[in-house]
Amino acid sequence: MSGDIVLETVNLGKKYGDRWAVRGLNLSVPRGEIFGFLGPNGAGKSTTIRMILSLITPSTGSVELFGLPLRENRGTVLSRVGGLVERADFYLYLSARRNLEIIADLNGGVSPSAIGEILETVGLASRAGDRVKSYSHGMKQRLGLASALLGSPELVVLDEPTSGLDPHGIKEVRDLIARLAAERKVTVFLSSHLLSEIEQLATSMAIINNGSLVVQGGVHELLGAGTGTVHVTAVPSGRALEIIRSLPYVDGATLVDDRILVKIPAAQAGVMNAELVRAGIEIRALVPERSLEEYFLSITGEVPPL
Amino acid sequence: MMRAIIGNEIFKTFRKWRTYIGFIAVGAVVPLVEFGLKAEGGSLVRNMTRGLGEDFLIVGNLFNAYFITYFILNSLWIHVPFLISLVAGDQLAGEATGGTFRLMLIHPASRTRILAAKYATTLLYTFSLVAFLALLSLGLGMALFGRGDLIVPGGTLTIIPRSEVPWRLVLAFGLGIWSMWCVASLAFLFSSLVENAIGPIIGTMAVIIVFLVVSSTPISLFTAVRPYLFTTYLNVWQRVMEQPVPWSEIAAHTAYLGLFSVGFYIATWYIFVTKDVLS
Repeated sequence: MSGDIVLETVNLGKKYGDRWAVRGLNLSVPRGEIFGFLGPNGAGKSTTIRMILSLITPSTGSVELFGLPLRENRGTVLSRVGGLVERADFYLYLSARRNLEIIADLNGGVSPSAIGEILETVGLASRAGDRVKSYSHGMKQRLGLASALLGSPELVVLDEPTSGLDPHGIKEVRDLIARLAAERKVTVFLSSHLLSEIEQLATSMAIINNGSLVVQGGVHELLGAGTGTVHVTAVPSGRALEIIRSLPYVDGATLVDDRILVKIPAAQAGVMNAELVRAGIEIRALVPERSLEEYFLSITGEVPPL
Repeated sequence: MMRAIIGNEIFKTFRKWRTYIGFIAVGAVVPLVEFGLKAEGGSLVRNMTRGLGEDFLIVGNLFNAYFITYFILNSLWIHVPFLISLVAGDQLAGEATGGTFRLMLIHPASRTRILAAKYATTLLYTFSLVAFLALLSLGLGMALFGRGDLIVPGGTLTIIPRSEVPWRLVLAFGLGIWSMWCVASLAFLFSSLVENAIGPIIGTMAVIIVFLVVSSTPISLFTAVRPYLFTTYLNVWQRVMEQPVPWSEIAAHTAYLGLFSVGFYIATWYIFVTKDVLS
């Protein structure tokens, strides 16, 4: 079994002073998955990732990569792991290619053709000779992904790779991650505070809050179970509210200003829409809202401190 | 792998603008001093050494390349340490500032190796800067003033014959580099403690200035701690110009400086390998 688990944390914890940033964390990441690591800002995601990549020494427990404890096998196991921790920072006064060469040498060296191929993959081949100083945030982030791919790792650990990017940049990076997992058969460990990102990319996931694991499992099992809220703007709103409340699969509905907040399983939103239209209601907007906050509420009954 | 890592550290350092501040400063100040002395320094030394020529047999011009070089070597007290700490203090703190530790320290290359590569780079930079200072001041001095006996300014009058000056100067520069390595090691240590290079630069200079004051103020309390301060031994290069050469003291002081450097390095290593990278 352990042969199929590429990353495992056992009772992993980190304490700063009196405060536990991460506590008693048991994660298990199977090979070939895109594993979403979800939690609000400050939940301990980055601390966990730093422990996985040997930037921080755990206070308790251990990280095991490919079945081997990281502490005793650092060089061996990290040669099979790529990582990008938080914002991608580089030597700004050097070219992208030179930056990658420097990182490659820390990995025992990577051939120039392999570096060229990676730059091609992330779409930076034509700018490879330019100083990173001239790069946009999105380009740096893609160069960060390139640096994580040096040396053909089996596991890539990405810490909020889309944070701070514009919508176009977010799409580029997400597409790239999906492609990497599909084409290179890389296991991806991806942290995010956006449920939608995890939903879109990941196959299995874990949720962390206040440094502790909340839940872990397949994305479809976990998210399928949750009830979401749909914001409906309809005219006339009073009549619409009556109809919605009469539907058997609706958990509850309230009118706030001119919007109706409907508690409903995500899969039923379309059916409800059809029902309203059939009754002659004019639907102006129907926006499903399934923020991390709400998902938290639905599985923990607790509002996360965001 | 180690050779590539050292090569990259040297490359990174010598592609940074701050690395050349030291060379530019030396390259500007040394010619300025030497041309200035050429213009009006002759009378200065004639006044200083008035009458010497009548009592002693002095070979050649007293105001010569050796004297100028010895004079400029005194920048090893404060000026050169400052220029060294600019780079040595940035070696680790600069990576923290730039966020590039996150990039470097997640790979198989161990922190011990990376630290060793950075230390080697720091020593190389220090060597280059002092060597540049030596070659420039000596070369320009020879072109402007020629050679001669060396008068060593100080309490007692020492005149070193022209034939003995070259080997003494080479040794003085060697020991100067050795003592500057100790200063660089201290700045390197401070660099491991913080995330910005300003702290190590100020810290190193503060330590040197305070220690030098303690080392040179004749108060019994200060005299008692003096042997434990590395700055007490920083003048080891100057001792080469004493007559006769105090070999055993030079050897002992050179060893102490080496021990201080090793101590600073071990402390840096311990801090660096146990450090949580939060930058």
